[in-house]
Amino acid sequence: MFEKLDQIFVTLKHLVLGYVPEALQPLVSAVLSVTLILSVFPGIFAIVTIFERKGIGRIQNRYGPNRVGIPFTNIRLCGFGQFIPDGIKSLTKEDIVPRAADRVVHFLAPIVMLIPVLLAYAVLPFGRNMTVADFDAGLLFFFAVGGAVEISVFMAGWSSRNKYSLLGAMRAIAQMVSYEIPLILSAVTVVMIVGSLKLVDIVAAQNHYTFGIAHWYVFTPWGFVGCILFFIASLAESNRSPFDLPEAESEIIAGYFTEYSGFKFALFFLGEYLGMFAIIGLGITLFLGGWTSPVSFLTWIPSYVWFVTKMIAIVFVFIWIRATLPRLRMDQLMNLAWKLMLPLALINIVVAGIWHFMGPDWQRWLVCAAIIFGAYLVLGRGLMRHQKLGKRTYRYAE
Amino acid sequence: MSLPFLIIAFVTLFAAAAAMSLRNLVHCSLAFVVAFAGLAALYLNLDAQFVGFAQILVYVGAIAILIVFAILLTRSGDTPNEAVLAPGWFYGIAVSAAVFTLLGWAVLSSSALPKEVSSAPQTTVKNIGEALMNKYVLPLEIIGLLLTAAMIGAVIIALREPGKTKMEAGELKIDKTAPPSSILHPPSSTALTGGHS
Repeated sequence: MFEKLDQIFVTLKHLVLGYVPEALQPLVSAVLSVTLILSVFPGIFAIVTIFERKGIGRIQNRYGPNRVGIPFTNIRLCGFGQFIPDGIKSLTKEDIVPRAADRVVHFLAPIVMLIPVLLAYAVLPFGRNMTVADFDAGLLFFFAVGGAVEISVFMAGWSSRNKYSLLGAMRAIAQMVSYEIPLILSAVTVVMIVGSLKLVDIVAAQNHYTFGIAHWYVFTPWGFVGCILFFIASLAESNRSPFDLPEAESEIIAGYFTEYSGFKFALFFLGEYLGMFAIIGLGITLFLGGWTSPVSFLTWIPSYVWFVTKMIAIVFVFIWIRATLPRLRMDQLMNLAWKLMLPLALINIVVAGIWHFMGPDWQRWLVCAAIIFGAYLVLGRGLMRHQKLGKRTYRYAE
Repeated sequence: MSLPFLIIAFVTLFAAAAAMSLRNLVHCSLAFVVAFAGLAALYLNLDAQFVGFAQILVYVGAIAILIVFAILLTRSGDTPNEAVLAPGWFYGIAVSAAVFTLLGWAVLSSSALPKEVSSAPQTTVKNIGEALMNKYVLPLEIIGLLLTAAMIGAVIIALREPGKTKMEAGELKIDKTAPPSSILHPPSSTALTGGHS
């Protein structure tokens, strides 16, 4: 019964395809899969915006949205209806294009942003047998379409003819280019161990259990470091706090989408969140076992439930970090990427090689953990040596 | 000639033509990006996944950004007023067409080409990886060394010489002969706190 529940979407799709003539089947199959992605993930986006506003509100000791409920009744749904008026508002607002703006590029930028982000979902395995396009080079496809987002950010920033927009775009591109390197290098370790770029194979390699605990790569020394590096880099890639310099409200208004209003603004917002979900989904697939369950006695829970649960949990950590940490400065941002994360990612690749060639003995745990810990210690101490970090002194405020 | 091929070819050629003929340089580079993407789509249409994705990753993700930044940092964003086509465009097209014909003729009539077309080999990413790591490992290493050397050279050119300050390196230009204006004087501590003590 649980197996049927696990495969319910696959079975339903095959059922529908049975009524369709043979020639149209590939087309209908593609349309069905795309429709599911296009309805589920923007739906999660809508809920997450409320989740985020209420969560940050709680952390900052205020209420957050709690008014919108069902119209003409007293039911308030704890404010979880807020996304509907928000959506209506952005649809009905006037779409303002600055007079000096480059109209065509200004119009195209949000569309160019959304298309690669949605394409990235094609290769993610959402559950057992639930991948839209199981490419041989799926991981490469994900990073390739992710790189196209930078162009849209540039288009938005440049076409607005606004110095804040251009500054925001410059910051965003510098940040994305820098953090793409540790992101890809930390994912390379998994490819080395699995021996495949296919995301389905990567999940299948983690779907084993020892003493009832899953073989997720986050539980190995190299996987732990890779997972943390990937997590930090994905925070930066999705422009989330503490890496939200591209849209730092207190400095450059809203960065590259300063001059966007109405539904174009909503498209940027949607694109940013969908990009965040996609990169979290990839992180789950690489290090947290994809749709597999962490312990063997919970394998009866459907695979897609595990995937979405893990995704929401990590989104919550993102929200938590946003409410907790202050924004980095530009030089700190670059130092973190190039001086700490890049060397650690390179050392981690070597460690993954050692792990592979030492065989399944217990010594490899010790050796790999020691190398990583030593590297972290040396790098951290070395970088901190010339930093004068102490009690902050104020010249005029005291 | 299938329909997808025709669509992709048309889009790619159109974007390439736009990249040559648009007036605004940033528009040209964006059209260039479309041409790159069209090329990647052509590779994918031929079932060459690895090359197609690498094309997007390298050209759309990196080279295009580089081009755009080079344009932004070296020129003002104003649209040029002169004609896009250089006066000798006709001779240029004639020469390039002649060169293309000659090269095409030379390639097609050479004996190095296999006469009968064999069926397309089944290449997976795994095959490519194994070929790169076994048969072609030396060329790969040499290319890696070359790129590293080029990168170090670029860093050294961009590096400020040790011992020189920013001003001597020509980055900051302050007219030392001009009398300093009074606003530039650093505030002395007595002037700020004098009233309170």
